[in-house]
Amino acid sequence: MPTATYADTAVPVDDEGFFTDPARWTEPMAEQIAREQGIGELTDRHWTVIRFMREQYAAKGTGPTVRVLGKTSGVSVKELYQLFPKGPAKTAAKIAGIPKPRGCI
Amino acid sequence: MGKHIVILGGGTAGTMTANRLCRLYDRCEYRITVVDQDDDHLYQPGLLFVPFGLAQPRHLVRSRPRQLDAAVDYKQARIERVDLDARTVHLAEGIRVSYDILVVATGATLVPEETEGLTGPGWGEKVFTFYDLPGATGLHDALERFDGGRVVIDVADLPVKCPVAPLEFAFLADWYFQRRGIRDRVELAYVTPLDAAFTKPVAAKALGGLLKEKGVELVTEFTLGEVDGAGGRLVSYDEREVPFDLAVVVPLHAGAAYVGRSEGLGDELGFIPVDPHSLQHPDRPEVFAIGDAAGLSASKAGSVAHFEGEVLVRNIGRFLAGQPLDASFDGHTNCFVETGFHKALLIDFNYDTEPLPGHFPGPVGLPLLKESHASHLGKLAFEWLYWHSLLPGREVPGIGSAMPERGKHHVSA
Repeated sequence: MPTATYADTAVPVDDEGFFTDPARWTEPMAEQIAREQGIGELTDRHWTVIRFMREQYAAKGTGPTVRVLGKTSGVSVKELYQLFPKGPAKTAAKIAGIPKPRGCI
Repeated sequence: MGKHIVILGGGTAGTMTANRLCRLYDRCEYRITVVDQDDDHLYQPGLLFVPFGLAQPRHLVRSRPRQLDAAVDYKQARIERVDLDARTVHLAEGIRVSYDILVVATGATLVPEETEGLTGPGWGEKVFTFYDLPGATGLHDALERFDGGRVVIDVADLPVKCPVAPLEFAFLADWYFQRRGIRDRVELAYVTPLDAAFTKPVAAKALGGLLKEKGVELVTEFTLGEVDGAGGRLVSYDEREVPFDLAVVVPLHAGAAYVGRSEGLGDELGFIPVDPHSLQHPDRPEVFAIGDAAGLSASKAGSVAHFEGEVLVRNIGRFLAGQPLDASFDGHTNCFVETGFHKALLIDFNYDTEPLPGHFPGPVGLPLLKESHASHLGKLAFEWLYWHSLLPGREVPGIGSAMPERGKHHVSA
């Protein structure tokens, strides 16, 4: 299993770089992951989404899709794309240290 | 009379469930009521063929109660809400129906109005969906008038009913324009929110290869944010644009509207959360969901409803007898994918195993993930099977709920 090093700590990740053990994630890691995803600075709005992703993962075992995020996180889909231009559900999941959201078929 | 089982929805899943219950259990053992708001049972797989003139709309619709066993009570009424605490369904005009077991089978609803501009200028003129009968009929007329330009097939976002149908539309459009002799004047594009032609890698490669072979442009990771009908543009949330002369859009899907009015019943999109293997609601053991209404990571397709039904009817009996539930539903899905020129390919998969090449249902049988005339005949024969065997709740020999492993070749994409 590959690992990545964030905030001087090695953590297990999958082939696409998503955390496989969300318990290993810490908030200081988020800034570094975000920079790797092309996001300069994490604002309060980013953190609203990141914390929501972690809550949803804890409750449901998977991160939400963009559409569900738009309906439930308090951040509209349009703003989600402004915050995470390369795809909110996947990018936010990566920064939030949770596995890749399971999409629908 | 015994316990009262109320089934909300008289479509594929609800009708099969009611009829299977009648077959599996003594008719007097349970009282069964099915509720739906109209008398139109639509053969949904036929919608794909309507735009191309390959199916007549009037042949796709039959009476709902006529598909039900005579022992089933059919109530035609609008569902207002479900009161889970009181185990009561509230229908229009103040009618209340109490239940011991509730089965939610009200499917998925199209919500085109949730996408900016989709139902605005151009809707029904150069922007269509074929996922309902009026849309498919309107698209038939529009295709007949179409004499050249850019046709874009777009899936707004998932989940959608029958995720292969938009791909089938692209394949059939290639065939249709060739048959009319104007294929060289038509550009075809397939636009999807996924990162490939399909969710699962091996099938995505095979189906993506077919798009390429047929000269259909593939645009990926495009989540539809806005439709500019007047300007002929689809705009994604990340502000990319896809131009069109004719757009065939699969709109967003949600659960039935009453689910949102029923506290504790559904999720944020109106689908019913259930255990993926037993189909039981996590908070209400007497509530089950089946078919497109269920919030599962399985495909929304009639075959899934059929395979789920086998487990569900057993579980209803077990639950009422105080026995542990059968948690054996594996996400089994089986679809014929029509590819044009009298060919189709078959895919068969479940929660854990993606569509793989090989044969179905065993080492000897229909080819999987490979075009064949036999699979096209299978697709056509399915309509008869649907009305006369599957809906009445008869089992199909050799095709059961569990996905067959024999005959499949495990390969990597």
